[in-house]
Amino acid sequence: MNRLTLWFHKIGSPPTFYRIAGALAPWCFGIAIALGALALYGGLVLAPRDYQQGDAYRIIFIHVPCAWMSLFTYGFMAVNAFIALVWRIKLSEILAMASAPIGAAFTFITLVTGSIWGKPMWGTWWTWDARLTSELVLLFLYFGVIGLYAAIDDKRKAARAASFLALIGIVNVPIVHFSVNWWNTLHQGSTVRLMGPSKISGDMLWPLLTMALATHIWFFASLFARTRVGLLELEGGKDWARDVALADAARDETVTAHG
Amino acid sequence: MPEIDIHDRPALLEARRLAYARNDEPIFGPLDFVLHAGEVVLIEGDNGAGKTTLLRVLSGLLEATSGDVLLDGEPLTLAKLSHQVALLGHQPGLKGDLTANENLRFAAGLGGVRAGISPATALAGVGLEGFADVPTRELSAGQKKRVALARVLLAPVGLWLLDEPYANLDLEGIKLVNRLLEMHARRGGAALITSHGAYAFTSGTPRRIPLRGSLREIPPAGAGQPGVPR
Amino acid sequence: MKPGTTLAACSALIGRDLTLVWRRRGDALNPILFALIVVALFPFALGPEPDNLRRIAAGVVFVALLLSGLLALDTLFRGDYEDGSLEQLVLSPHPLALLLACKIAVHWLTTALPLLIVAPLLAEMLNLPHAVLPVLLTALALATPLLSLIGAVCVALTVGMRRSGMLLALLVLPLYVPVLIFGAGACNAAQAGLAFMAPLLWLGAGLVLALVLAPLACAAALKISLS
Repeated sequence: MNRLTLWFHKIGSPPTFYRIAGALAPWCFGIAIALGALALYGGLVLAPRDYQQGDAYRIIFIHVPCAWMSLFTYGFMAVNAFIALVWRIKLSEILAMASAPIGAAFTFITLVTGSIWGKPMWGTWWTWDARLTSELVLLFLYFGVIGLYAAIDDKRKAARAASFLALIGIVNVPIVHFSVNWWNTLHQGSTVRLMGPSKISGDMLWPLLTMALATHIWFFASLFARTRVGLLELEGGKDWARDVALADAARDETVTAHG
Repeated sequence: MPEIDIHDRPALLEARRLAYARNDEPIFGPLDFVLHAGEVVLIEGDNGAGKTTLLRVLSGLLEATSGDVLLDGEPLTLAKLSHQVALLGHQPGLKGDLTANENLRFAAGLGGVRAGISPATALAGVGLEGFADVPTRELSAGQKKRVALARVLLAPVGLWLLDEPYANLDLEGIKLVNRLLEMHARRGGAALITSHGAYAFTSGTPRRIPLRGSLREIPPAGAGQPGVPR
Repeated sequence: MKPGTTLAACSALIGRDLTLVWRRRGDALNPILFALIVVALFPFALGPEPDNLRRIAAGVVFVALLLSGLLALDTLFRGDYEDGSLEQLVLSPHPLALLLACKIAVHWLTTALPLLIVAPLLAEMLNLPHAVLPVLLTALALATPLLSLIGAVCVALTVGMRRSGMLLALLVLPLYVPVLIFGAGACNAAQAGLAFMAPLLWLGAGLVLALVLAPLACAAALKISLS
C-alpha cells in the first residue's frame, strides 16, 4: 500500500502532473476524434432508420453520450471538490474547477441536441420534459460553480468556496431529478418521454457506446489541457513554473531563429 | 514578593515558522515568536506588511499556509481559541442602530463578562461615561474605537489581539490604550498589538516584532528603563 | 471570569436582531411591497379574466414570495459583515451553527412571516379558489423556512461580495426549483382535485433535514468566505 500512496503523492505534485498531462493530452485528443468519427459514421450512415422516428432519431448518438458525460463530469467534479475541501490538495482544486466548464459544455450540447430532436417530433424548439428540464437545472448548477469561482480573487479560497457549492449541488441533483419527474406526471399534456424505445438494436448500440467512450476520452484530454493552464496560474511564483516558461520561451526563440 | 521574570512564565501563544501566502504571493513569514502571560508585544510594519493577516491567523479566522501556532503548548483550533481571545479588528464590531450600552450588553451576552466589570463601568473606563444611550452611528470614529475597547475590556479572556488600537484616537485615547494594556499585563493577561510604529508605548518598551525587513526579534528592554519614543 | 451560557448567547443574538429590525421597521415592509407589485403585474400582462388568473394563482403567489425572499436574503449577513459583527460571531465560544440558526430564524420571522400574512390577499387578487387557500398557506409555511435556510447557505458563500445579486440568484435557483415544484405543485394538485399530501410531506421532510443541516453548512460556508 505504501507504493500506491507514494505514487499518488508523486502524481499529485504539480510539476509531475503538468508533464504527464502534457504528454497524454495530444494522444487523448487524437483517439477521441478518431473514435468520435467512427461512432458518427456508424450512427449517421450505417445504423438503420428507426421504426417510429425515421432519421430524426440519429441525434441520440450525440445527445445521449453528452447527457451521460454531463452527469459523469459533475460526479468527477464533486469527488475532486470533496478531496479539495477535506485534504486541501491543490491538484484536486484545479481538477474540480477545470471540469466545471467542460461539464457545462456537455450539458449545453445535450440541451441543444435535445431541442433539435424535439423540433421534428413536436414542432417546438423547447419542451419541458423531465430530462431536458433536469439538464437545464444542471446547467445552472455548473454556471453557479463557474461564476462563484470567477468572483473571488484569492484563487485557493475561490476553489474552496466553489467546491463547497459543487458538493451542495450534487446532493441537489437527485432531488431535482425526482421533483421534476413528479412535476411531469402532475402536469401531463404535451410532454412525452424523449428517450425512444427502451430496447435498442445492436446496430444502434455500438455507435452509441463508441461515442460514449470517445466523449469520455475527450473529457480527459480537455481536462489535462485546462489543468495544465490552471497549475501554471496557481503556481506562477514557483521555480518549476518559471523553468517551464523559460523553456517555452527558448523553444519559441529557436523556432523563429530557424523559421 | 519577587516578580517572576517574564520568560519563566508559561508561554501563552507560540508561533513556529508561521507563514501565509495568498495566490502564491507571500504575505508574511516565516515568523517565530513566543508570547508569555504578562507581556505586551507590538507587531510593526508598514501598510501591506501583513499585520492584519497575522492577527487573523493568530485568532483562528485564517489558516496559515505553513508553520504552526501553539496555544498553551497545543495546536491552535478555533474552538479552543474562542474561549481565550478577544480580537479588535479593523471594524469596531458594533451595530450602528444600537446604543453603546446595548452593544456592550450584547457582547456580554455573547461572550460572557469578566468578573468585577459591567458595561457601565467599562464605558466609564474608556472615558465615555455619559454616552451609554447614544446610538453608535452618532459617535465619532474615535468614540466608536473606545466603545470597541470597552468590549475588549468586558471579555473574560487572557489574550488580547488588537489590530491598530491607536487608529482614530487622539492623544488622550492613545494614553488610554497604553494604560489598559499595562493593566491587562499586570493582571497576568497578554496582548499582541499591531501598529505602524508611529505611536510608542510610553512607559516601558513592549517587545517589537517587525514584519518586513529584518526578521530578527528585538529583545525586550530591561525592567525600569524608560522607553524611547519614536 | 464567567463565560456566558449558549442559551444566553442565543437569546442575546435573537434580541439584538429583533431590536435592529424594529429600529428600521419601515424597511420590513419592502418584501411585502415587492410581492404585491409582482402579483399585480400578472393581470396587466395576461388580462383580467378570472378563469385565466385562477389557473396560475397559486404558482404566481409562490413565485412572488420566492422572489421577495431572494431580495431580502441579502440583508441576512450584509450588515454584520460590514461592521465586523460577523467576525465576532465566528470568534465567539458558542457553536456557530446554532448562532446562525438563530439569525436565520429571526430573518424568516421578519421577512417571510409578514409575506405569509399577506398571502391570502395576494391569492384573492388572482381569484384563487377558497378551497385551495389552506393548502397554499400550508405549502408556504413549509416552503418559506426551507427557502430561507437554503438561501442562507448560498448567501454565506457570497458574503462580502459587492453586487452579488445576480450571482446569488444563480446559486439559489437550482436549489429552489424542487421546493417550488413541490410547493406550487401541491396547490395545483389540490386545485385539480388530485391528491396533494405527498408533495407537502416531501416539503416537510426537506424542512426537517434543512433545519438540522443548513445551519451547519452555513457555518462551514461562512468560515470559507471569511478566510
